[in-house]
Amino acid sequence: MLDDDHPMTAETISAPPRAPRRPLFRRRSAIPGFGLTLGVTLTILSLIVLIPLSAVAIKAFSQSPAQFLAAAFSERAVAAYRLTFGAAFVAAVINGVFGVLTTWALVRYQFPGKAVVNALVDLPFALPTAVAGIALATLYAPNGWVGQYLTPLGIKAAYNPVGVTIALIFIGLPFVVRTLEPVMRDLSEDVEEAAASLGAGRFATIARIILPALGPAWLTGFALAFARGVGEYGSVIFIAGNMPYKSEIAPLLIIIQLEQFEYANAAGIALVMLGVSFLMLLVINAIQAWSRRFV
Amino acid sequence: MTISIRSVEKKFGRYPALNSVNLEIADGELVALLGPSGSGKTTLLRTIAGLEFPDAGQVLFEGQDVTFASAAARRVGFVFQQYALFKHMTVARNIAFGLDVRKGKDKPPKAEIARRVDELLKLVELEGLGKRYPSQLSGGQRQRVALSRALAVQPSVLLLDEPFGALDATVRKSLRKELRRVHDATGVTTIFVTHDQEEALELADRVAILNAGRIEQIGTPHEVHDNPATPFVCGFVGEANRFEGTVSGGRFTSGPVILPAPDAAGGAALAFVRPHDLVLDAEGFAAKVERVVIQGPLANVDASLPDGRRIEICAARDEAAKFSSDIRLSARRAHVFAA
Repeated sequence: MLDDDHPMTAETISAPPRAPRRPLFRRRSAIPGFGLTLGVTLTILSLIVLIPLSAVAIKAFSQSPAQFLAAAFSERAVAAYRLTFGAAFVAAVINGVFGVLTTWALVRYQFPGKAVVNALVDLPFALPTAVAGIALATLYAPNGWVGQYLTPLGIKAAYNPVGVTIALIFIGLPFVVRTLEPVMRDLSEDVEEAAASLGAGRFATIARIILPALGPAWLTGFALAFARGVGEYGSVIFIAGNMPYKSEIAPLLIIIQLEQFEYANAAGIALVMLGVSFLMLLVINAIQAWSRRFV
Repeated sequence: MTISIRSVEKKFGRYPALNSVNLEIADGELVALLGPSGSGKTTLLRTIAGLEFPDAGQVLFEGQDVTFASAAARRVGFVFQQYALFKHMTVARNIAFGLDVRKGKDKPPKAEIARRVDELLKLVELEGLGKRYPSQLSGGQRQRVALSRALAVQPSVLLLDEPFGALDATVRKSLRKELRRVHDATGVTTIFVTHDQEEALELADRVAILNAGRIEQIGTPHEVHDNPATPFVCGFVGEANRFEGTVSGGRFTSGPVILPAPDAAGGAALAFVRPHDLVLDAEGFAAKVERVVIQGPLANVDASLPDGRRIEICAARDEAAKFSSDIRLSARRAHVFAA
């Protein structure tokens, strides 16, 4: 309460100095540098990502719309898209399943040689993809170490879409494992004990508690593996067989167009891949945002 | 549900966590396991829960041996120190989980589960928060969710591991009363672990004091405070001034300090005097007052003996003025143990 001995004029109460409204970039903040960091980010993003990609779009539209459609949606190109996105999707799903198991083994158990296994998981990150492609092709070819046992079973695992998928599984695995690992490590034992004390069996605990908790990270890993698979070139071309309409991936088709000096055609195919990839990643991100609602 | 713990032993590596522990808990009782960290109180609780299994000894529920039965088979409700809520589920689904995972005819119909969830939310005063996620709740609210999740399965016994450990003082106090209210409302046998003696003494019907894997004393809060069985209990429960000295002829002597020890055997001894049992007495031993702190109705006095040892005295606030610099004290009561 104010009393008369300490008079306070109306002005001092009603007119505190107001901070002038500043534009977004100039607001005061405890973490300064918003303008600077955003500026640098946009510059780099433009130079490295945005400008090259828009060049693709510009090049693609340098021809007439009819020419663009004919090049980008020719029968051969559509078959290539189907193979590229289909194989990348299947490979990402397979990695999604085995990635969870691999991560589980690495996080939950101690076993001799764990450090080696751990390093092996990262190898696809580091290995030149062509090396991986040649090695896989040699192994899975009908007369290769693994292929020779598959052939009698009627399975052809190289020089066809199956071969493409195998290469993409190899490339994508570490993305799933490394994304899941920290999240799985953070799952506390308490939560599993709580589920058990409430009467949940081991299976129910895994299905209802552990896997849902891993959901958002799993989706991230899946998206990364999928995106990597769509763009993969080096390892695939050695094992794919590269038969037009059958086992020719879209990135290879782009190279072929370039070698024939059909730059606009190449840009058209690239643009379609770009559009589809962007759309799919956007959808996956949206699902992810939704699945993170509880975090 | 009566619970009997018989000669339970448990080692972690070479470190004995429980050392031949015996404990009988009556139906509907609210018991506190009190002890410093590393005393084995949490291990004992987890052994009762079926989350830990003893190396030797027996755990009986209602006379039935459940030593190696799983937590689910024992129908215990366990509240974890860090709550262990399912983050990806709403509050309502967290509470419903124990009913929801049941199979076949044991699983109650949906409407029944929803009714039970509402009932529990009401019991812990969280009505209307059923659709929130745990991350949207405060610490105290999460604790209540954990409590009602454990109660949802109508457990035969409710076990709580440091239930208020992670909460601030005000919330702690109100939740303490809340737990007592919930216990009285449900009548479920309840055991909780704490290192906070105030919490144990205020809340529990009986307190078991653990030290180094052993139960030092079991009794009502009143008993363990006023008639401590061992020096450890005396030092751990309530405030006490500790003296080392000797007993002869019904008197304990430690330097200038002389304390009444009518029942103690002669020889070396340890004596504990509660601060409120030290009173001003012109015939008593001398001490020098260093500081007087008024706390509500009490005056807490820090003083030192001529030989430098420090003692604490607790008096009524009205008496604060009498604690000028030099005082003489005597003890109304002392707990004396043979050393």
